[in-house]
Amino acid sequence: MSTEPVLEVESLTLAAKSKEILVNNISFSLARGESLGLVGESGSGKSLTLRAILGLLPRGVEQTGGAVRSKVSSAMVFQDPRGALDPLCPVVKQLAEVVYYRQQVSRRAARTIALELLERLGLPDSLRKKDRYPSQLSGGQCQRVVIALALACKPGILLCDEPTTALDVTVQRQIIDTITSLQHELGFAMVFVTHNLAIAANLCSRLYVMKQGQIVEHGETLSLLQHPADPYTQMLIDSVLPLPELELEGSRQ
Amino acid sequence: MMNSRRTLTGAQGNNGSYKWLGIALVRALIVILCVMTAVFFLIRIVPGDPAKMILGEYSTPEALKNMHHTLGLDLPLWEQFIRFMKTLFTQGDTGNSIIMGTSARELIMQRAPVTLLLILIACVLAIITALLLATAAATHKDKLLDHLIRIFPAITLGMPIFWVGILLILLFSVRLGWFPVGGVGEGFTGTLRSLALPAITVAFSQIPTLVRSLRAQMLEVLESDFVVTLRASGIPSRVILFKHVLRNSALPTLMLLGVNISYLIGGTLVVEQVFGIKGIGSLLFTSISNRDFPVIQGIALYCALSVVIISLLIEIISWWLDPRTKGKQ
Amino acid sequence: MTTTTPDIQLPEGKKQVNGLRRIWNTPSLLIGIIMFAVLILLALFIPYLSPYHPTEQNLSAFLQPPSSTHWLGTDQLGRDLFTRLIYAARTDLTIMVLAEIIPFCTGVLLGMLSGYYGKWTDRIIALITDTFIAFPFYLIVIIVAFASGAGERGIYITFILVGWIVFARVVRGLSASFREQEWVASAQTLGLPGSRIILRHLLPNVLPQAVVVLMTDMVGLLVAIVTLGYLGIGIAPPTPDWGTMISDGQPFITTAWWLSAVPGFAVVYTGIALSLLGDGLADIWRKK
Repeated sequence: MSTEPVLEVESLTLAAKSKEILVNNISFSLARGESLGLVGESGSGKSLTLRAILGLLPRGVEQTGGAVRSKVSSAMVFQDPRGALDPLCPVVKQLAEVVYYRQQVSRRAARTIALELLERLGLPDSLRKKDRYPSQLSGGQCQRVVIALALACKPGILLCDEPTTALDVTVQRQIIDTITSLQHELGFAMVFVTHNLAIAANLCSRLYVMKQGQIVEHGETLSLLQHPADPYTQMLIDSVLPLPELELEGSRQ
Repeated sequence: MMNSRRTLTGAQGNNGSYKWLGIALVRALIVILCVMTAVFFLIRIVPGDPAKMILGEYSTPEALKNMHHTLGLDLPLWEQFIRFMKTLFTQGDTGNSIIMGTSARELIMQRAPVTLLLILIACVLAIITALLLATAAATHKDKLLDHLIRIFPAITLGMPIFWVGILLILLFSVRLGWFPVGGVGEGFTGTLRSLALPAITVAFSQIPTLVRSLRAQMLEVLESDFVVTLRASGIPSRVILFKHVLRNSALPTLMLLGVNISYLIGGTLVVEQVFGIKGIGSLLFTSISNRDFPVIQGIALYCALSVVIISLLIEIISWWLDPRTKGKQ
Repeated sequence: MTTTTPDIQLPEGKKQVNGLRRIWNTPSLLIGIIMFAVLILLALFIPYLSPYHPTEQNLSAFLQPPSSTHWLGTDQLGRDLFTRLIYAARTDLTIMVLAEIIPFCTGVLLGMLSGYYGKWTDRIIALITDTFIAFPFYLIVIIVAFASGAGERGIYITFILVGWIVFARVVRGLSASFREQEWVASAQTLGLPGSRIILRHLLPNVLPQAVVVLMTDMVGLLVAIVTLGYLGIGIAPPTPDWGTMISDGQPFITTAWWLSAVPGFAVVYTGIALSLLGDGLADIWRKK
């Protein structure tokens, strides 16, 4: 896995305007085509780290130290797919707009490419005939559109900020499968942020555990899960609910 | 009182389905009925005898009795009410002018065009200026420009609209001579030129509220995930600002204008007086000095009806324009 | 995206304001207090500060420009403008405060009832509110003030009729969200009477915000008083009032523009002071 990294984050520190430190001195690097998981509870600074990599920190947050180095472009998939789309703009138009500016093609060609992308992501054909707004699509469909938007940028790194948390459990699986198959096909690297250890373990070869803005532990997924060194990691592992039958058997002893 | 009343009554318009439209229409109808009743009672709940006001303090009992009869005030209250409603529904009128003898409705309709034109120009001016200022403030948040624009509403809140008009006359008509001091000019350009200052005055009273809300709205939109998505996708920020952010901030502002339409009309009536424009406002003041009750009632009725209908239209338009209300296919 | 962030948030329960330090740390409140205090002090002590009488005419010294004897000049009847300006503050501010008392009380009460009980009480109050709001504020003020007779009486009647709506609307929203809180529901099931919940628990919760609204509303009321004066159906001359002063000065706009301009600035000054007071109070109550 040790090829030349596509992304290097070096002692990145982010602070609020009030000088409160939100992300403290974190470092990691990402190889081409690799998947890296950032896990931790909400408010631990995972999403801010992604925004820093993207280069678009929210208002009131500043980078006070460290550096983010990357040779390729990155694109992001958000937690709330509806919020990530302009509610007043038809989805096809939004996608075509990104294709138009990013891939330097004509408006007409951009629309064709946009429709192809949507089809590839398994969205229904009805989008082609009539303008559909984000509010008229389901959460899972919106998330596919958001992924299409990200792919339209032809990213070297895909940043995923809890892309399944806001979705139904059945849809979560489909979205994860879509992302993995696209990754195999297109070969982008991925930083996957989640608080769901199970998903992270399935997707990522390496895990970084974050707590209160700091990385408390990191390592290869399997060894980290089998031999967690930090009590917080242990707690995260314990918080993954076993299936109910197993629990019942366990309580009967 | 201007700013504190600006609750968005139409905010519930987003939760979908045509049921909302029906409820809005029924509500407006009920309010219209209440408005009519209120106009009837308007001169009856305040102390004082309308007949005495018309004839003056030292009128004879005989004359008072006659006046009571002319006004129909000698009838029992419920009968007066039925008569009032009957004229209202059959003729859309509130009776004949005591002074002119002609229908109050006709008098109002004669004066309405210039007032409506003034309101229209003021609205357009207010919206354009508010959009520019709010965009400037939101994109320069916490910089000097933003602070200046934010102080603006606090200062203008206490500015009497007629006084603003007088200062504008002083500056642009007396000192610079750009506009006429008062009255309405001849022809199309003459009318526009003479309505420019009054329209600016009316717009001026609306701009602070609009800017404040639009700025807050734009800041919220600028922070939303979809703007980050668009930015990250490499769309130029000018396109994001004008195509996406402005559109998303415009709807709530349109609603706000609907809520404020009542102030706009009220302000226009006063401003007409400052600039000597012969519109509804000047009709109101002549009728007041002539104690011409049917005409005063008519003005109150038509103003309130316009407010209800315009706000309803704006609510419906925003609902129509917002795809979020359409629900799933 | 559909909701505007409210300028003021619901304070989380009753808090003691710990005195001067709090005020000192809130610049807007401090400036507001100072500005307002200056005005009040001037208004209180004007008889000792000025050698002139507000209504005494001096026809040999009319329309004088500002000088060392007449700080702001004199009007068309030779009365000292500065003296009249401050006496007018007495008139206008007194009416402003008195006219707010009844609307404030009824508005807060009706708002609480409407928000807390909901259902029919709420619908009826909402309907009355919607009806009143349809009438342009100035139109109703002008008509009622005129019909009930020009002068102070008309102003009081007008504001008793329409002034409560602002408070009712704000308090209604607050009360409705208050009712949603869990402990209120549990208090109700335990059989605590509604009147007790409203007076002991709801009132202290809604009062701070109502007071903040009161500050901005007073600005609107002042502007309305002045407007009525300007239109000649407010305070009758020769009692000094900013509105009549502006209208008296209007014919001399080309020669003595300050006659109209200065009283307007006095209104704007008061408006800024009250706005700052309101903002400052909101800030204090918002902080924990």
